[in-house]
This record gives sequence, structure tokens and C-alpha cells, in this order.
Amino acid sequence: MSTRTHDHRAWWKTVIGVTLTAVMLFPLYWMVNVSLTDRSAIRDGDLYPRAFTFDHYTTVIHDQLPYLGTSLVIGLATVALTLVIAAPAGYALSKLFVPGKRLLNFLLIVAQMIPAVVMALGFYSVYNDLGMLDTVWGLILADSTIAVPFAVMLFTAFMSGIQRELLEAAHVDGASYWRTFLRIVLPLSRNAAVTVGLFAFIWAWSDFLFASTLNRSGDRRPITMGLYDYIGSQNLQWGELMATAVLASIPTGLLLVIAQRYVAAGLTAGAVKD
Amino acid sequence: MSMTLLEKSAARRPARTGDATARRRRLMRPGVLAGIGFVSPLVAYMALFYAYPLYENVSMSLHRFTRATYVTGEAPWAGSAIYREVIASPQFWPTVSHTATFVVVSLVFQYSIGLALAVFFQRHFPLSGVLRGLFLVPWLLPIIVSGTTWQWMMDADSGVINRLIGVFGVDPVWWLNTDHSLWAVIIANIWLGVPFNLVILYSGLQNISPDLYEAAAIDGAGPWRQFWSITFPLLKPVSAITLLLGFVYTLKVVDIIWIMTRGTGASQTLATWAYSMAFGKGASAVIKYSEASVVGSILLLIALCMGFVYLAVQRRQEA
Repeated sequence: MSTRTHDHRAWWKTVIGVTLTAVMLFPLYWMVNVSLTDRSAIRDGDLYPRAFTFDHYTTVIHDQLPYLGTSLVIGLATVALTLVIAAPAGYALSKLFVPGKRLLNFLLIVAQMIPAVVMALGFYSVYNDLGMLDTVWGLILADSTIAVPFAVMLFTAFMSGIQRELLEAAHVDGASYWRTFLRIVLPLSRNAAVTVGLFAFIWAWSDFLFASTLNRSGDRRPITMGLYDYIGSQNLQWGELMATAVLASIPTGLLLVIAQRYVAAGLTAGAVKD
Repeated sequence: MSMTLLEKSAARRPARTGDATARRRRLMRPGVLAGIGFVSPLVAYMALFYAYPLYENVSMSLHRFTRATYVTGEAPWAGSAIYREVIASPQFWPTVSHTATFVVVSLVFQYSIGLALAVFFQRHFPLSGVLRGLFLVPWLLPIIVSGTTWQWMMDADSGVINRLIGVFGVDPVWWLNTDHSLWAVIIANIWLGVPFNLVILYSGLQNISPDLYEAAAIDGAGPWRQFWSITFPLLKPVSAITLLLGFVYTLKVVDIIWIMTRGTGASQTLATWAYSMAFGKGASAVIKYSEASVVGSILLLIALCMGFVYLAVQRRQEA
């Protein structure tokens, strides 16, 4: 009897939960809806694409493919750079003696709090002097600053959970620190690396601020700029704009579906103690 | 920066041991060398890609940079003159007040909606995991995507929001014009911040023992009483960190505002003001690098203070 009422209540919660989720995701539905609606009917604001068309996508995909490719390159390179810098640092900060460790930890916290617009101003000035404006690798270096402090702290937290005896045993067997890192620490930290990589990719892919300041007129620009150019155009086409927006969302949406538990792990890292 | 980092800690150490050779021996130990070796890429990276750009930013705020500076390389020393000009400018205090409104209102709603949802999801029910996952989607999409979508939904003539409130007999609102733009961007920003609050508060709730609720229920405490006597007090440490991080993240928001309104009218915050002065195309037609850097340096100072607050909160929680 009591389990029956419990089930009954639980299903009511599901109904409420679905409703709340629908409200939350409505803007995304609206984006897809507009992207599939024929130009003549967009201003009617139908609740579903009554005047259905794929035209916006066929127009847009040809123009935006190079931007998507550039974003993919930037995203993957940012992931690689972030992992290369952050994983060894996490090992040192969690397992080795590092002079000035407390100061470094503090700087990593502050680094995450620095507004991107301040970094962009500084980078603009530096890149201007060095002739690095409008380059893809300039953007990769700048984008990596969004993820590196977070990545170091995540690796440090994760690697401090690795048993010290395991590493000491390796040293007794004559393994160097480098070998211990490569053969024991890194393989054990795979989950942390996936979370770091995921976030580094999403942040680089989504970056608007660095792209719009450091790569304003380059030949190879990321998808956020492809989208931004549409917004700035005199003759704004909402259907094509929304189709581009959908294309730009696909990679992050896919990553969320594939790796939801890593996303939740990364979000809570640092903010909540287990 | 790497040198000062090492020097500082090395300089502090002998004071404790009082013996230079012991210090040297300690620094020569293979473990120490390995530690330095593994951390040095990060230190070099922080020096090149954090310290250097930030130094440039502060330097620009103390020299008079103009567009011509990038051609001639001339930027005369100005000291605190540009700081005084910016603070005295008629835009400064209104912008500070918009920023405060944007941050406070966003935080209050993000936190309370996030907390309400976290409590809602606290006990499992059919599909709860999937739905919680779906709530993350807005947080992960590129902000430029969400921004353009909100812009279209808030369109005065054919936006779906005006259509919705029209059903209830409310007159259409010019969401994105000068007067209402602050509220428009706050609404979009609350929507963006709810997933972050939900996930963190939810995982905080998972650490509260169900026994407490059972004991309270036996004592006759209803859900409302349970929330205020158990959930809310025990969640305080997590709430403090969530709000602190939320404050920092909200203060630095540029993209959602810029994409929706170009930071025009009431939606101009300190961050978008700095952006528009340096990179133009918005409220400010003339490029003003030095003025932008001044605002940037103010934001930097706030970030530094928040870093100390974060450390203090963390330390108190460990104690």
C-alpha cells in the first residue's frame, strides 16, 4: 500500500520534471524550430515548423564548413596543449616537493577569476607587438588559458588520491620520476584527463571573446565568428542564422550525450569536497 | 615570475632551518629537482600567458595609448591620470550600478532556482537522471548560440516572449532597447547560470545523510521545516562557494550581453564597457585602449580580492 502511494507520487514528480525541463530547453527548441521554417513564415512564430524547409541548412553548410574545420583544429590543439602543461604539473603538486606550492595554488585560483576581457586586452597588445594577431595558433594559446588553471587543479585533486605506496614501490624498483609518471600516474588518471579534455574542447569551441578580439580579420576563423558575421550583416537572415547556431551546437551536444558523467564530475570539481 | 616564485620560497626556507648548506642539500634532493622539473612548464606558461598579458594590461592603463600608438610606438606615461578620468566620466557610476544590478539579480535567481531544482531532484524518481542531464545542455552550448536565440525570442514584433505575455493581455515589451536591455540580459543570464547552480548544489545535497530527514520526519517535521532546519544549514558551505564563484563568473560576463544588445543603454557593465572601448563597434565608436585597460585593471583587482575571499572561505571550511 505504502509503496503504491510512493510510486504514484514519484510519477507525479516525473510529470513536473518533464515540464520544467521543457521550459528550460524551450530556447533550444525554438532555435531548431526557426532553423527549419521557411523564410516567408519565420515572422509568424508558429510553434512548430509548419512551413518546413531544409533550405537554410543547405545554404549555410557550404559557407560554414571551413569555420567548423578551424574550430575543430583549435579545439583539439587546445586540448593537447592543456593536457601537456597540466598533467605533469598536477603530478608535481600532488606527489612531489614543489617550492612555493601554496603560492602557486593561490595563483591558479586567481587565474580562474580573471575576466577574459582583461586577458584579451593584454593578449591583443602582446600579439600586436609579436605579429601574432589573426593567427590560428595565437588563438589556440589564448584559448588554452581558459582551461589550464582548472585542469591543473583537477589533476592535482585527482592524483592526490593515488596511493603513495604504489609510487614508492616503483621508485624502489628503480623507475625514474618520469617513468613513474608515464607508466603509473598517467594511466590511473585517465578519467581526470577525459574531463579536462572535454572542458578544454568545449571552452575553446565556444570561445567568443578571444576570437572576436585576436582574430578579427584572419583567413581562418572559428565557427563563433562565422555566426557573429551573420549577426553583423546588414540583411539579417534569421533562418540561416539559427541553422548555423544549430551546427555550432552539435559537437558540444554530442559530447554531453557521450560523456555526461565526466561533465558533472568537472562541474563539481573544486567546488564541492567529497 | 618563475624566478621570484622560486626565490621567495627558497628565501623563506633558510630562516626556518637556519643553515645554508642544509638548504642546498634539500634543494638538491632528487625529489625536489623532479618537482621543479614537472611544474616548470606550468610556471613558464603562467609567466608567458598570464603574467605578461596582465602586465601589458596594467601598463596600458598607466600610459596614454591611442590608435596611433600601434604605429608610432609612442605612449607617454600618464600615471593615475587615466584612472581619474575614467572614474570621473559620466558613464562610470551608472555602469557600476548596472553591473551591481546585473550581478546581484542574476545571482539571487540563479541560486534560488538552482537550489529549488536541486531539492526537487534530491530524491530519485523515474527519469530523474536523464532530466538532470538535460538541464546541463544550456550551460554547455556556445554562449553566442544561446545569445542569438534569446535575441530572436525577445524580438519586439515577432518574438515568442512578447507573444506569450500577449496571451495574458500584457503589452509587447521592447526588450532589447535602451531602457529594458538590462532586464533582457539578466533573464538570459539567469537561464545560463541555473545549470551550474543546480549541479553543484545537487552534489552538495548528496552529502547530507538521509537519516537526518527520517529522524526529522519521525519528530513530525514537514518538508518545509526539514528544508530550513536540515537542508539549508547543512548546505551553507557549498552555497558559499557556489555564490562566490557565481559572483566572479557573472562579473566577467561579456559575450551574452554583447551578442544580445552590444552593451548598449542600461545593459552596459564594467566588462562590456572595457570590451567596447578597446574593440569598438558598440557603445563607444572611438578606440580607447588605455581607458579600457583602466576598467580592466579594476576588474582584475576585484578578481584578486575574490581570490583571497575564496581562500579564506576554503580555509574556514577545512578548519
